[in-house]
Amino acid sequence: MTRDRIPYAVFTLIVAAAGWYTDNPYYLQTLTFIGINTLLALGLNMLMGYAGQISLGHAAFYGIGAYGTAILTVHWHVSPWLALPGAVAAAMLVACIVGIPTLKLSGYYLGMGTLGFGMIVNILFREWSSVTGGASGFVGIPSLELGPISFSSTKNYFYLVWGFVIFSFILCHRIINSRVGRALRAIHDGEKAAAAVGVDTAKLKLQVFILSAAFSALAGFLYAHMVFFISPESFDFIASIRIVTMVVIGGMASVWGSLIGASLLTLLPEWLHAFSEFEMVVYGLILMIIMIFLPKGLTRGLLDMFERARKNK
Amino acid sequence: MLRITNLKCYYGRIMAVKGVSLSVKKSQIIALIGANGSGKSTLLEAVCGLLPGWEGDIAFEGASLKGCDPTAVVKKGISLVPEGRLIFPPLSVLDNLKLGAYTMYRKREHALVRQTLEKVLELFPILRQRAKQPAGTLSGGEQQMLAIGRALMSHPRLLLLDEPSMGLAPMIVEKIFQILESLRKDGITILLVEQNAQAALQIADHGYVFETGSVVLQGPASELLADQEVKRAYLGKDYGEFYDD
Repeated sequence: MTRDRIPYAVFTLIVAAAGWYTDNPYYLQTLTFIGINTLLALGLNMLMGYAGQISLGHAAFYGIGAYGTAILTVHWHVSPWLALPGAVAAAMLVACIVGIPTLKLSGYYLGMGTLGFGMIVNILFREWSSVTGGASGFVGIPSLELGPISFSSTKNYFYLVWGFVIFSFILCHRIINSRVGRALRAIHDGEKAAAAVGVDTAKLKLQVFILSAAFSALAGFLYAHMVFFISPESFDFIASIRIVTMVVIGGMASVWGSLIGASLLTLLPEWLHAFSEFEMVVYGLILMIIMIFLPKGLTRGLLDMFERARKNK
Repeated sequence: MLRITNLKCYYGRIMAVKGVSLSVKKSQIIALIGANGSGKSTLLEAVCGLLPGWEGDIAFEGASLKGCDPTAVVKKGISLVPEGRLIFPPLSVLDNLKLGAYTMYRKREHALVRQTLEKVLELFPILRQRAKQPAGTLSGGEQQMLAIGRALMSHPRLLLLDEPSMGLAPMIVEKIFQILESLRKDGITILLVEQNAQAALQIADHGYVFETGSVVLQGPASELLADQEVKRAYLGKDYGEFYDD
């Protein structure tokens, strides 16, 4: 069992070192965004990669986390640390209500169902202006503070976000390698067969959907308190697709795949600024090439390439 | 142990099982034989709760299974070895087996699960050799053994098997049927759905012959084996062979 822990220990050290040696606030901010996106990808990966259920509406939960904490802290003057469980619980409740009917669907139909849900929530953010600030956005979200530590500094915020990432990684790792994780993978391979061995497939699918919504809401919370300003565009249909892309590009059913996918999709637009107006073309092209040559995602694909190279030696 | 009375199952508006009654006594092997589409597998699915909305009654140890979902059925002590095996190919053999014990997760059951796993691996030594391999890399016969092993993990008192001989070499079929007989000696009751009527009736106590959703013939297995009509229809002997001898 202890061998399992080594990668996480190494990863924690790398994160700590990155935080220690990076002083440039731009780099720190980019790394923090990678952390937030990793949480999003990780949550969706539990649902898509392990349980095999697609969701094209995950930005809705991301938005519920962000708007939830914004409303609680600004309108209701709740402490952000109480707003966090509040926002996460709200997303989980919505996931439960939405999940019960939609998870009866599968394949394309589940995609359509979740897509519709995401759009409804996005319209709600945009049109319910008395509460959400409407299309012009929500301003004045407070920064996080914990006793003497202020998270308004980029470096402290970096540590906070990556702390959550590491905690989530370990949590997911434990779930995946448990009886429940086995059952999730069983659902992926065959729902009927899973049911035949006594897995309550409907309940388990709902539970993993709720868990994945909780991760998204956590990411939304961290995003809101980092940028202090949120607007509906950050949680629209394209945002949902971006999360799906992170999971697919990084590698389905892999905790590390979420990290790699999130890193690539966060960094690519930054690197591609050089192409100015061709930016989106190159971006799309890179994603296409990855999918053509590494259809199992970067993580699995690179590992396969490495193993092939070793055998050929 | 299992009593089915006047069971009717539907797929949409099509009636696939048209009022079947049968009973299974403890420690028996019962064979359901019949051609494709005669409703045998449908009947098993209804028993397991995989096909809700059936009419009539299915009673297991005196209690009706009406409205039970598959999880509840497994907990009551019924296990299905599904048609086409339906193992989980990317999962390791060991993980596949452990999934069979999914309903037993409480701390006090852990020791029992380990014991059962050991017993299953003893019954199928080949699975021990392949424990770490993805189940998809096993041969057909090994996969069938894995499917049976997985079903045994939940400690069933009644084992339902759907076409365990499908697509397997005769030698492997014989081996699997031997295992079924040894399971019966351990006190497990078996309901066997088979197209390979010859093999099934040889180990069975009692047989039911299905045709388009109804039971057309039933009786002790030895009698069915000798029955002219069964021979003609299911044992691969055509009219010519009959009337020549």
